[in-house]
Amino acid sequence: MEVKTIAGVQVNVSDDGYLEDMDQWNEDIAREIAKELNIELTDKHFEVLNYLRQKTKEGETLTIRKVGKSGVVDIKGLYKLFPKGPLKFSSKIAGIPKPTSCV
Amino acid sequence: MKKLVILGAGTAGTMMLNKLYKELDRDEWELTIVDQYKTHYYQPGFLFIPFGIYKKQDVVKPKYDFFPAGVNVIFSPIDKIVGEENKVLLEDGQVLNYDFLIIATGTQTRPSETEGLKDKLWYKDIFDFYTIEGAVALHKKFKDWEGGNLVMCIPELPYKCPVAPIEFVCLAEAYFAERGMRDKVNISYVTLMSGAFTKPVASKVLGDLLEEKNIKVIPDFYLSHVDNDAKKIVSYDEHEIPFDILTIVPVNMGSDMIERSGLGDDMNYVKTDKFTLQSEQFENIFVLGDAANIPTSKAGSVAHFAAEILMENLLAAMEGRALPAKFDGHANCYIETGHGKGALIDFNYETEPLPGTFPLPGIGPFGLLKNTKMNHYGKILFRWIYWHILLKGKELPIEADMTMAGKKRM
Repeated sequence: MEVKTIAGVQVNVSDDGYLEDMDQWNEDIAREIAKELNIELTDKHFEVLNYLRQKTKEGETLTIRKVGKSGVVDIKGLYKLFPKGPLKFSSKIAGIPKPTSCV
Repeated sequence: MKKLVILGAGTAGTMMLNKLYKELDRDEWELTIVDQYKTHYYQPGFLFIPFGIYKKQDVVKPKYDFFPAGVNVIFSPIDKIVGEENKVLLEDGQVLNYDFLIIATGTQTRPSETEGLKDKLWYKDIFDFYTIEGAVALHKKFKDWEGGNLVMCIPELPYKCPVAPIEFVCLAEAYFAERGMRDKVNISYVTLMSGAFTKPVASKVLGDLLEEKNIKVIPDFYLSHVDNDAKKIVSYDEHEIPFDILTIVPVNMGSDMIERSGLGDDMNYVKTDKFTLQSEQFENIFVLGDAANIPTSKAGSVAHFAAEILMENLLAAMEGRALPAKFDGHANCYIETGHGKGALIDFNYETEPLPGTFPLPGIGPFGLLKNTKMNHYGKILFRWIYWHILLKGKELPIEADMTMAGKKRM
């Protein structure tokens, strides 16, 4: 774990750059993390990010499939919003932990 | 008489029935087990069928062989569980009342969940090896196949026996090498995960092993559909991989009965406390094996370790005591790697698979995350252990809680 300044705020991040505490997140932080990933955030992005944050708060494990069935965005749309990392990048930008696959 | 009902007579349900039969006072408890099918499959053996190592008759026995005398056995599909009324409704119209219920209805493959999978190439050029039908059909296909692209695809998590696809490509590599046609077969391992396996150390070791065998790992591929005409698989971000034979782990889901009962998550796995194995909704419902949504492998070894924890908690619940035992997610998997060798991994919720020796620190005889002949013998011996010890609920000399002894931190 390390402390990093993102959008002028000091936050704790994991080795992979995921926020350790989702309550340290704000929309400017999201925009800056997104920029590093070459993603320009739109309202649709934020709709997805807020869904991810809400489900994480409720203690649910997220999968691409679940997001695709959420009614917020379908899987194809999710890939368009977050190319190459539909769940990994969106989680990083949403300030929630890195998705883990449980097997 | 008080009533205990077990739903599902697969590995988990059968094992638990035998344990409870020994433990409970049978003047006090009436035991009932329900399943829709009469045949018990040794599922770890399916993997060997495509390569002619096992035949169908090596992996089937009647379920009746494993039920103790004096237990009610009902063969019927289940309509649903009514948790508020402590009742199970069966499709044949029977109603079972229970004091305690154990759900062990497992996980099933759902090829229809993927567009183009169960289509005109199904069991012609596209196969699963998670059903006896798929494994036997693939064996027939392999016998006179002349080579081409063999693609192993993992399209969704979670799925039963997470190491089986790795074993499959290793066994395929050895099979085609022995037949002198390895140079005519391109093998690729296509997965939605970021590497050969989920946990970092094992992913690295197993990824290297596949590379050594000239098996191409294609990570981060999330399958959208199968194009039957062009014979290729297509991902959501429009990558395409051509195949001559596609072997796939169809999407796994829990029983529809769980959904009808309102007990499941979006994949029909029962919402379960990962430590106590109790249903999150009803105190007198417990869940064992693949049917639970707990974050560990869907595998017989997990059900075996969890069964010991479940026994302690169930006995406590029956006496109205607080639940004493906590499951740690312990899994222990032999990985058949071909050419008479095997690897072994041992892990839980917290600790990823690490190298070392098992079960005795420094001695073994099995090597963790190592490719050895002894590990292969472990896997072969296991079929005997499964039929004669595991299903009958007898003790194995391995603790339910995972131990760090013999493991090396990386």
